[in-house]
Amino acid sequence: MIVMKDVYKTYPNGVTAINGISVNIDQGEFVYIVGPSGAGKSTFIKLMYREEKPTKGTIIVNNKNLSELKEKEIPYLRRDIGVVFQDFKLLPKLTVYENVAFALEVIEEPPRNIRKRVMEVLDIVGLKNKARSAPSELSGGEQQRAAIARAIVNRPKILIADEPTGNLDPETSMVIMDTLETINSSGTTILMATHSKSIVNAMKKRVIAIENGIIARDEQRGEYGYEV
Amino acid sequence: MKFNTLLRHLRAGFRNIIRNGWMTVASIGAVTTTLILVAAFLALMLNLNEMAKNIEDDVQINTLIELTATDEDVKTLGDEINAIDGIEKVTFSSKDDELKKLIDSMGDEGEAWQLMEQDNPLNHVFIVEAENPQDTEQIAKQIETLNHVEKVVYGQGVIDQLFKFNNYARVIGLILIFALVFTAIFLISNTIKITIIARSEEIGIMKLVGATNWFIRWPFLIEGLLLGVFGSILPVAVILAGYNYLESSIMNSISFSFVEILPFHPFAWQLSALVLSIGALIGVWGSVMSIRKFLKV
Ligand SMILES: Nc1ncnc2c1ncn2[C@@H]1O[C@H](COP(=O)(O)OP(=O)(O)OP(=O)(O)O)[C@@H](O)[C@H]1O
Ligand SMILES: [Mg+2]
Repeated sequence: MIVMKDVYKTYPNGVTAINGISVNIDQGEFVYIVGPSGAGKSTFIKLMYREEKPTKGTIIVNNKNLSELKEKEIPYLRRDIGVVFQDFKLLPKLTVYENVAFALEVIEEPPRNIRKRVMEVLDIVGLKNKARSAPSELSGGEQQRAAIARAIVNRPKILIADEPTGNLDPETSMVIMDTLETINSSGTTILMATHSKSIVNAMKKRVIAIENGIIARDEQRGEYGYEV
Repeated sequence: MKFNTLLRHLRAGFRNIIRNGWMTVASIGAVTTTLILVAAFLALMLNLNEMAKNIEDDVQINTLIELTATDEDVKTLGDEINAIDGIEKVTFSSKDDELKKLIDSMGDEGEAWQLMEQDNPLNHVFIVEAENPQDTEQIAKQIETLNHVEKVVYGQGVIDQLFKFNNYARVIGLILIFALVFTAIFLISNTIKITIIARSEEIGIMKLVGATNWFIRWPFLIEGLLLGVFGSILPVAVILAGYNYLESSIMNSISFSFVEILPFHPFAWQLSALVLSIGALIGVWGSVMSIRKFLKV
């Protein structure tokens, strides 16, 4: 569960990206974050996994109050939040399997559990047959699915995606959306920032529109609401 | 730390060292040069100290008593000397004893001097030893002012020279060593910095998926430690082989047979352990510097 109360974020350069946001997101929800470029969507997302600290206000994620979180507790917050980006961020020298296993190895998961779990998530995202490939040998959509596999391999309660289909064509994007739906249906909260009108309108999920750092609209079963 | 994690960090540390190629060579070279000099300096200083101590042990003040002094005067003088602070021992040596010592010290040639036994020109002597050899000079000056003292003879110069030389060598050596140690630390921290930058992508993902700060830092600490330890291998070999050679050549040499150096066992081993620890410390310090500056976790 995610709770934000009167949250403000001003960057050191003086830009106020979040200008008073309060919101509740329940476990298991699927939420789109939409809004014009520079509206504060990415900042909103970064506040949740403590990539950025709010200037003011309270943020509670998975029952952890982020303002009271000590530096060395941040890693444990992040183990409960998977994150994927537009640019995948796969390690080019590792295979798909190794990229996914990496996320478990660095949190010191016992090695005997790793193989089984990695194959499981590669199956969920449909990449079991590409386990030994290098990221450079995959299509954009496959790379994004590998990144999603890495994000969910530790069974996070929340999956955050910042424009995950930003670099993909519409057809490939729909495959990614199917993957995200599957993950959501198993109880994982999904937050996805996007500029894709067709995706948002097709899925009929909750839509939070951010404009100039505030929530301009928050609708269950909403629409994209902007002209492209 | 779990065993698996330790293995992983060690592997990562080794991999970094191999990937950094010439920077690794330069860092190890700097540590090696530094430690060889540190070892030579320490071996020299510690041995000089030891020798100084041995020479100091022999330091005596010979107080020559005026020929005109009566037995009563000699007794008073002895009491007065004994009353001076910092005196370890006062022994009376009559002029006959002194002549005997002189004759003995001359070996065969001394025979001729035996003629003098009838008409001994030497003085009675008080042999004084200071508790603390560095006080020798000051005690000798006090004795000089006493009545019936003809002359005070002691090894001034020698002690002073040895102490002075020791101090200069110590200061110059320390400055040199500090400069070298800092160069080595700087080179290592630079090497680690390069590793951190080269692996920034990987570090970013580690943070994202929830690796702890220490998990991220360890490979860099290990890389620094390994650079320091690898840099100590040659110096330790030089100490063990060199000191062994030095010791045996001094022992077998006639002209240096009076020189006593600290024995190989345990000195060379202690020195090796010390040099290895300094190497490890240089390495860890270098990596800590870079981790603090470039690894924002
Ligand atoms: N690290 C930063 N330092 C300073 N200003 C920043 C930083 N990140 C974002 N900003 C500013 O904050 C505002 C909001 O940026 P943000 O990235 O959250 O927008 P966005 O809604 O994600 O935009 P887009 O749709 O283009 O991704 C922008 O004006 C941006 O320039
Ligand atoms: Mg953005």
